[in-house]
Amino acid sequence: MSSIEATAPAIRKTALNAVHRQMGAKMVEFNGWDMPVEYPAAIGCGIIAEHMAVRTGVGIFDVSHMGDIRLAGPRALAAVQHISMNDASRLAVGQAQYSALLYPQGTFVDDVIVHRLGEVEYLLVINAGTREKDFNWVRDNTRQFECAVENVSDDFTQIAIQGPRAVDLLQKLTDADLSVVKFYWVTRGTVCGLKNILIARTGYTAEDGFEIYVPADEQTSTRVWNEILSAGIEFDAVPCGLGARNTLRLEGKLPLYGHEISDTINVWEAGLDRFCKMEKTEFVGRTALEKAKTEGVKRTLVGLEMIERGIARDGYKVLDGAGREIGYVTSGSPAPFLKKNIALAYVPPEFAAVGIPVKVEIRGQGVGAQMVPTPFYKRPKRTA
Amino acid sequence: MAYPTDRKYTKEHEWIQASGTTAIVGITDYAQQSLGDIVFVELPKVGVELAAGKTFGTVESVKAVSDLYAPASGTVTEVNGDLATSPEKVNQDAHGSWMLKLTLKNAGELDGLLSAADYEKFVAEEAGH
Repeated sequence: MSSIEATAPAIRKTALNAVHRQMGAKMVEFNGWDMPVEYPAAIGCGIIAEHMAVRTGVGIFDVSHMGDIRLAGPRALAAVQHISMNDASRLAVGQAQYSALLYPQGTFVDDVIVHRLGEVEYLLVINAGTREKDFNWVRDNTRQFECAVENVSDDFTQIAIQGPRAVDLLQKLTDADLSVVKFYWVTRGTVCGLKNILIARTGYTAEDGFEIYVPADEQTSTRVWNEILSAGIEFDAVPCGLGARNTLRLEGKLPLYGHEISDTINVWEAGLDRFCKMEKTEFVGRTALEKAKTEGVKRTLVGLEMIERGIARDGYKVLDGAGREIGYVTSGSPAPFLKKNIALAYVPPEFAAVGIPVKVEIRGQGVGAQMVPTPFYKRPKRTA
Repeated sequence: MAYPTDRKYTKEHEWIQASGTTAIVGITDYAQQSLGDIVFVELPKVGVELAAGKTFGTVESVKAVSDLYAPASGTVTEVNGDLATSPEKVNQDAHGSWMLKLTLKNAGELDGLLSAADYEKFVAEEAGH
């Protein structure tokens, strides 16, 4: 029997593509997907307005470009444990965790959210740009386990409802009691009249929020999207594009594949130690990580804030006081909520202490910046 | 968007409004719309010589960095300092937010630039792609 490799078609569209265009969204290609980067100022949007809505109210994102892999069968837990760095044995049914798939050298295939949906059923939510690579990798590395691996990416329209008012908005549309769903837990319920919809209290905005998984046909997806927007009017909800998604995740120091994590960056460098459980059973990448831990890291991920006038951008060089190149910016942008110009960067560990001054090379000029604590933004604790 | 007919335009989306040998320069409404929320404008110092078609500064939105190109050759006599602290004014009124004043080297250079009607046609084609 020949195995079928998953390959990516030229340019992909989510089921909501026509809706975004109709709303006047500015569309861009992102990892092979035609996606909204921001919605028009004429409807109260734009990256800054969308970002602020999520920090202070609620924003709605089409994140259907994200991929989904389902693992189910008697040995599903063993399979998940083998291919991911966090300890999935700690998950109760209905619980989720941040984790990553690693290469044998301890670098990243991708970062994932692992949901335990049933006794022996797991759902991995993966990145758009790595969908096919991830699926092929998961399938190839779980062959020895009695467990079915299914690429269910195209089954769902994934909509993220994010912000402090997300819970109030979504509660209007579902019979599931959201007040009992904790952060990084999932439930099922009727949403917009659709039965048994997966509702996860997860997101990529460093804010409270939910991600719902509805059937991917255009008619259902459009209806749900519009009902969410209508229900959100009383909360001043706005549709949000990938631009705000990026600035929101950057303020919260949530990694982006190809930037803070990649196939050449290992777990220790990325500072994701607390999601990597070395004490659990063997997993792909563990041996290399053990060795890397003994050797120590040559670079580490830090947060920078510009002191002088200028915006650090992805790929810009980081210089020491004497103007020598010491590292590079992985993600840099104005931070709309913090109203500062911030960046994540890799530098040698000796530069990693808060307060150390450095420079970022912007159009040939060294512009002053300093190390600051991360995450740049932490959402305030709210009493439920 | 109606583009004012009292000035000329470039395919790089700058406008230039001349009166004799002096002129003011800014970016078009189409440019501000494409860029999105503008957060940073970097302009040359007074006295700097600009060459037509060459970059003279940078405008940055949250998402993008974009070069500014001189519509004509000349010497910078004034820069709009307001934009250093309130770059969002370019979003609010692109055609009213001049970036710099120039003494033109050769006012005849403007004859080679686009009229409002031609520019409008040009951006309609560009947006259609």
